[in-house]
Order: sequence, then structure tokens, then C-alpha cells
Amino acid sequence: MKFRDLSDLAFRNLREAVLRNSLTTLGVAVGVASLVAMLSLGVGLQQLAISRLSKSGLFDSIFVTPKTNLRGPGAGPPATRAPAAKSRPLDEGARAEISRLPNVIEVYPQIRFFTEVRFDGKPFATFVAGMPESSKASGAFDGMAGNFFSSSNADEAILQVEFAKELNPQTSSLIGKDLVLRYAERQSLPSASADPAQGSGGFSVVPKEKHLRIIGVVETEPASGFGGFGSGRLLIPLSVAETLRAAQVNDLRDILRDSSGDKPSYASLTVRMKNPSLVEAAEAKIKDLGFSAFSLLDASKSLRIFFSVFDLLLGIFGSLALAVATLGIINTLVMAILERRREIGVLKALGAADGDVQQLFFVEAGVMGLFGGILGTFLGWLIGRTLTLGTNIYLHRQNLPGVDISSVPWWLVLGGIGFAIFVSLIAGLYPASRAARLDPVQALRYE
Amino acid sequence: MPESQPAIHLESVSRHYHMGESTIRAVDDVSLSVQPGEFLALLGSSGSGKSTLLNLIAGLDRPTSGAVIANGQDLSKMSSLELARYRRQTVGMVFQSFNLLPRMTLEENVELPLRLAEVDRSERAARVREALGRVGLDKRVGHRPSELSGGEQQRTAIARALVNRPKILLADEPTGNLDSTTGESILALLREIQKNPGMTVVMVTHERALAERFADRLAVMGDGKLLSNGAAR
Repeated sequence: MKFRDLSDLAFRNLREAVLRNSLTTLGVAVGVASLVAMLSLGVGLQQLAISRLSKSGLFDSIFVTPKTNLRGPGAGPPATRAPAAKSRPLDEGARAEISRLPNVIEVYPQIRFFTEVRFDGKPFATFVAGMPESSKASGAFDGMAGNFFSSSNADEAILQVEFAKELNPQTSSLIGKDLVLRYAERQSLPSASADPAQGSGGFSVVPKEKHLRIIGVVETEPASGFGGFGSGRLLIPLSVAETLRAAQVNDLRDILRDSSGDKPSYASLTVRMKNPSLVEAAEAKIKDLGFSAFSLLDASKSLRIFFSVFDLLLGIFGSLALAVATLGIINTLVMAILERRREIGVLKALGAADGDVQQLFFVEAGVMGLFGGILGTFLGWLIGRTLTLGTNIYLHRQNLPGVDISSVPWWLVLGGIGFAIFVSLIAGLYPASRAARLDPVQALRYE
Repeated sequence: MPESQPAIHLESVSRHYHMGESTIRAVDDVSLSVQPGEFLALLGSSGSGKSTLLNLIAGLDRPTSGAVIANGQDLSKMSSLELARYRRQTVGMVFQSFNLLPRMTLEENVELPLRLAEVDRSERAARVREALGRVGLDKRVGHRPSELSGGEQQRTAIARALVNRPKILLADEPTGNLDSTTGESILALLREIQKNPGMTVVMVTHERALAERFADRLAVMGDGKLLSNGAAR
């Protein structure tokens, strides 16, 4: 029999026992819905985590340090170190060179220094961190009170909420007020001897003040650099922080080395790439330039593995309902054989081959799978949307920004429908072959 | 096919069933020939084996032993797929209880064998109307079997048996569920079809009077054996 005639007859048969077949189809739909809803949550949470993490700059960043990092691993005892290998300073020239590498968005130092803040005539001690412009997009400032820096060199400050509470428990009243930043400025000294081989003349540290306006209070403690590095409780634009020339921890080390007092070197630089896939190549290039570099790409790989396992588990739980639905299909079709014995006998007497009868039942199972799959995928999407809506209402009440925790990509839609058809066909195997084997003489005698 | 070759030839055909310990000889060593264009009536009381014999000729059942040769082919040597094709193309069947599919209209019921034979859709409507016209029901194509009288249902079943233009028409008690007047008209129709377009007809019945009026020859069965094989007229 041609497929069009087969499906024609199958549809007709399904319409006949409409209640039973609808219930069976609904069973498949519920099974598929639970599967799709589970997987959409898995996919949604994975997308959420990965987008958050990539926005945070952790996975598209490379952390660059000078090669001889005193704290760095592998330095070994001094005796084993090659005496001639003098490490390259991570200075302005190096920063420019790294910026010229392909696909680099920006290169910025971590500036973090101790300060004493004067506010309302009282002193408060804390750390200042310079924030690059790109940190606005990292998500760390989402939901902050007030605004982000109006420009990259505005004399403005954003306070971390814990520090803000020290200044005034009513943190929102701080916005718009001024504070004074007292810090140690580094000033290079002329070399004591005229011979440049003697090295730098060192530097002096001079207390300075800077007036800043508080423009925002942020809940989180945004990292200006890699991981927790360079975090501070008083945040100012990175360019402003650079012009302050504030003395930093690594300055003391620089004095003992050969770096010029005019050209401070950086303790570390953060390199942001266009996307995480470019990190590996750039990391190798930076190492070739003579610096230490590392990235968190491996962590993102483990994250993907974690989510694959997570999705698998969700899928298994979702499939349980589909397994029950499979039994429903088998039951419905076996019942249909009993009911339609005579019809099967007539079809065979009119010249239907065993294969025709088998295919007819097979197509009926497939059609139930198709409709169940379509309906189920839609229901699954709806469950995902409802969960997202519920979560967002909850988050909204907690004054947190909304998130999308479920996602139904195209592969899940097609996969859900395809899987439903596949499972239904498997369920139809036994009833179809049983119908095909029916003896026409007995079937015709059956009343 | 040479003129002398019979349309149906049964050679020592037996069909035995096993029921527990005992063996039921439904058809026991029957040899019989039906000539092309002949109208044969198979008579016998119930349980005499006449319906089993008809099922063997129809290719719905296989003999335990012996050969069933129809249209020059030995059915006992055919695969089940070949038997299905034989039922589709060579024979048409009419039953006592009509066996129309109740959910389908007359048109759809008659179209069913054409679907099974994969006849082109464009051709089907004309062939269905032709077959229904042959039995005088071309005005009622859209009705369902339950909306028709018994005689009309049997006419529809005959149209369905004719639509694939078979060489052999097999009828199992076609008048069994009909009153005598209607039964007579059905037999008259079968007789007419047998003459034009020309068809071999084997009819199982227990109504000797009707069989004598319409059939060319009567064969009588009893206890699975062929008791007589004479001519009706």
C-alpha cells in the first residue's frame, strides 16, 4: 500500500476511537513535556551560567605577570635559576605590545592600593580598585544603586555596600556626596649617580588627596581583574586610578630591580579577548613575548562537562514519564487489534499483505507519537516559561534582576518530536507484528 | 492460458486441524476442477467443509496436503506475499455477513482493494463508479453501510469484489443473511456478472433450490469429502 493511503487509513482509524487515542496521545505528550521541560531547564541554566561567566570576563581573559614572579610557582631555589635570564618587566611598552596582538579587546593593569578616606570629617581605611570600562558589562554592577561612572576619567567613586555602611548605614543617602581620598603618591627620585648602570634612584612616597563624588553603591565586590585579584571596596575608573600614580605593593620590589622610576611596571595585566575560543592562542603568544600567562579556560571545560552530566540526569528523569507513555501506546494498540480483528481479516481477504497490516499499525503508532511530540514539546516549553516566570517574580520580590532559566533551542524541539515518534514506533513494534500475524480465516469468523 | 486448462483445479486437497489429541478433517482428499467462465455451487450442510474449501481456493488458508491450482499457479507453493497478491488481483470475495467496513462510505469500501493494489488515485474514482454502477448503486456512493438494506450491502460487497477486475469470484453463503426475494436478485446479479464480463464463480450455499436455478453445476460436500460432482442442467 502506498504511504498516502496508509496514513489516510491510519488517521481514519485514530479518529474512530478518538477518546482512547487522544488519551494515549496525551500520555505521550506529558512524557515528552516532562523530558523537554527538564532539558530546557538544563540548557537554560547552562546558558545562564556560561553567559554570566563570560560576561564576568573570567573566560575571555588572560592574566599576565612578569616571568619572575617571586610568589610564582616553579621559580625554584636561586641556585638553580639561570643567572643570565633577566625577566622582562611588565611595563608600558609590554602593555602596548600585548594590545597589538590580534583579537585583543583591551589590556589593563590591576590597580589596587591602600587609602584613607575622609568623609564627614572622619577617617576610614580601605582599598581602592581601578575598574576598567568593560566591567560595566560584566554583570557585577547589575542592580546597583545609583549609576556607573559617567566617563572613564570622571572623578567619581562607587562604594561597595559593606564599606558604604561604615560611612553611613543609610547607604542610599551617600549618593551624590563627596569624599576625600588620601593616598600615597609615588614620585621618582633622580639617580644618585650619573651612571645609569647603577639603576634607578628609587622613589619617594608623598601623601596626596583626591576629591571624589559618590555616584553609586554596589552589592557585590566586583573584581577589576582576574578572579579575586584587584578587588576593592572603593571603586574608581581605571584611568583615574592610573593618573594617581599611587604607590602599589609591587613598587617595593621594582626598586630592587632595574626598572626606571619613571616607568612603573605592572604587577599584572589583564588581557580581554574577543571570545573565549581565542584565549588559548593568545596565551601562547604572550608566553612567547616572555611573560607568564594563564587563563581559566580549563574551568569552563569542566563546567561544560558538569552540565552534560546534569542534562543527562535530567533527561533520564524526564524519560521515565515517556516510558510510562510507551506502555500506554502498546496497550492502546493491542486493544485496537482485538477490536479490529474482523477489519484486519477483511483487509487480508481483500489482498492486504502481512506487511500492509503491520505498517498500518506502525503508522498509527507513529502518528500518535508525532502529535504527542508536538503537543508535548509545546507543553514542555510552557512549563519552562512558567518556571522562569515564577522565578522572576520571586527574584523581583528580592529586588534581584530577572533571569531566563529555561531555554528550548531548535534541536530540543526537533529532538523532542523525533524522540516521541521513535519511542512510539518502538511501542508499536509488538502490536503491529501481532496484527500482521493474525490468521485471516479466524479473524473473519470473529464476531 | 489454453482453453482446456481449468480456472481452478484441486488435486487431492486435504485440510486438517488439530484440536488437542484429535484431528479434524475439514477437507479430506478432494479433487475438483472448475472451467473458466463456469458457475459452480458448492452445497452441503454446515460443517461439511465447503467454506474451508472456499478459503483454500481464496488463498486465505493453506492445504495440509494436495495442490490448489488457480489461474495456472499452485497456491500451496506461494509465499504469503504472493498469496496476498493473488487475493488482490485474481480473486474477489463475497461473504455472508457482507464484511463492509462500517466507518467507511460505499465509495471508500469499494475503493479499498484499489488502495491495496496501489492503483493510481486518478483512476480510482472512475473504477469505483463503474463497479457500483454494475450493481446498481451508483446513486448512493456517499452512504455508510448501516444506512443500506441487506441486499444493498451485499451489492456493495459484490462491487468491492469486482473493482480489481478479478478472474475468479468466490461467494461464501451470499444469500445467507437475506430474505428469499433479495437473495434471488443477488444470485441473478452474480449470474449476470458471470456472463458479462465473463468470470468463474464458485458459490458456497446450503440452499439447493437457488443453486439449481442459477449455477451451471452443483458439487455436494459432506464430512469434508466431495459426495457428488454432477451438472445442474
